[in-house]
Amino acid sequence: MDNNQKGLEQIEGSLGVAKAVALARPGVVCAYPISPQTHIVENVGKFVKGGALKNCEFLNVESEFSAMSVAIGSSAGGARTYTATASQGLLYMVEGIYNASGLGLPIVMTVASRAIGAPINIWNDHSDSLSQRDSGWLQLFCESNQDAVDTHIMAFKIAETVGLPVMVCMDGFVLTHAFERLQLPSQEQVDAFLPEYQPREFLDPKEPISMGAMVDPDAFTEVRFLQQRKMVKALDVIEKVTKEYREITGSKSGGLLDCYNCDGADLKLIILGSTVGTAKDAIDELQAQGNKVGIISLKSFRPFPYEALRAAIGDTKNVVVVERAFSFGARGIIAPEVERACKGMGTHISTALCGLGGRAIYGTTIKDVVAYAQAGKFQEEFTWFDINSAVLNRYLKDSEGITLPDGPLAESQLCESVRKVLA
Amino acid sequence: MTTAEMLSLSAFLEGHFAQAFPSFGSERTGAPVVAYARIDDKEVRTHEPIREPDVVLVQDRTLLSAVDVFGGLKKDNGFVVINTEETPEQVAPELVKSLPQGHVLTLPATRFAMEKLGAPRPGAAMLAALAAATGVLKLESVQQSFQTRYPGKVGDANAETAKLAYDFVIEQKNK
Repeated sequence: MDNNQKGLEQIEGSLGVAKAVALARPGVVCAYPISPQTHIVENVGKFVKGGALKNCEFLNVESEFSAMSVAIGSSAGGARTYTATASQGLLYMVEGIYNASGLGLPIVMTVASRAIGAPINIWNDHSDSLSQRDSGWLQLFCESNQDAVDTHIMAFKIAETVGLPVMVCMDGFVLTHAFERLQLPSQEQVDAFLPEYQPREFLDPKEPISMGAMVDPDAFTEVRFLQQRKMVKALDVIEKVTKEYREITGSKSGGLLDCYNCDGADLKLIILGSTVGTAKDAIDELQAQGNKVGIISLKSFRPFPYEALRAAIGDTKNVVVVERAFSFGARGIIAPEVERACKGMGTHISTALCGLGGRAIYGTTIKDVVAYAQAGKFQEEFTWFDINSAVLNRYLKDSEGITLPDGPLAESQLCESVRKVLA
Repeated sequence: MTTAEMLSLSAFLEGHFAQAFPSFGSERTGAPVVAYARIDDKEVRTHEPIREPDVVLVQDRTLLSAVDVFGGLKKDNGFVVINTEETPEQVAPELVKSLPQGHVLTLPATRFAMEKLGAPRPGAAMLAALAAATGVLKLESVQQSFQTRYPGKVGDANAETAKLAYDFVIEQKNK
């Protein structure tokens, strides 16, 4: 039997996601173009226009702010709603993003993760999606295009069950523009998994209600408590929905996190997104040389699965988080969460900052991270791992009269270089 | 990028796992563009760019003097296909010496495309040449990939371009 007969397709990730969104039968899709997301909504638009996706209103809007505003309106009106964005576009919709979660609207949005300017950079890292850490949206990361297809379908059910919006974060270009073999579930399977959307409460001119009224200090804290409670509920819902989806489709996608080669590993790497696949290949090569390293693919960043991660790390004492964004004036974004998960376990946790603004993370990068970790060189919490000192020194030597050594730079080396100049 | 996509689709049609992706620059017509493709018999999990290719397809010979297109190419068993009217010895004499015999091929892919397709799109001819030279793909799969992606006249014309190129390379091999 050839691949076509098995329901497999060799298509671009963006087209795969568009097909997945169409299978979920959204009532409203609003679109504003921005690379690397554009192919997704373009394809959804074609499905609507061509009649493949019925009973769906496709709206071209004039900005991302409008896209989120339309999404809020349509979701509040009781329609299953989808949109997609990236980078500056995500930032432009931020006011609406917080409103969507505060109102408990189950919107699903793809973030085709890309660096934020300035300096302008169209390539992939996680600074856009992670900037919305505290927005009250669920944030689910995808490690492959198959994972992205499946996660989008699950996202609608998770959002509608929990009553919160979901961002599906997939690496821009690396996944969105890659052609890979995909198994799309059938419409019958998706219909069995995801019934027609039945909003519990929605705006209806015949029976008017008010949504989003002002909440004064008497109840604001309590509203936030209830929002946080939904996030906690989401941890169970993600697992339950993943189980249901896997039973119907046979997929291996989704979940809060995924462990690879973790049993008995002395070192575990925590990775989000498309680097996971690259790292699996690298780790297999190391395994063949008798070096056992585990990978934890962190799928759900919000809600953060503290308990599941604590269990996944277990008694492994050496953990490196490969991070593709950081917090200016602080350090990693994910490692502090891992610290919280492992409190009291005596785990050494550090960040290897890699892959900013599209700098490729190769299998060799991962092997270098492993070698560095196993040599005990991650002494500090935060290390600029794949930095090129030659580029830095071209600037620093002339402007400040100092140079930095080759190789990974720990936070203390950065601090020291500042003190040297001040002294 | 279309050529890389079609390469992955051809391999897919033969039951392989395949992956294709562009080099993510600001792509624009006329500017140098790199695209990558992988073929495997198990799931392709890695998402790193290719630094050590088994095969390099050069769709525009003017790139030879502008970009290090052969950087990282596997010297023991690598293949190179160049779109040009000239011979391998004329366009890449050093490379001919460093690779096994018959591993550097040239073909007038743009001329074949103009003849059958009426447009300078050498992708089908390049993939057919790769198929003829290495045997990693069948001519029929290359033809079917274009006919699947571009049903109708364009797909058929690409299939004819592929046949021309395939026969051309087989003939060169048998000389």
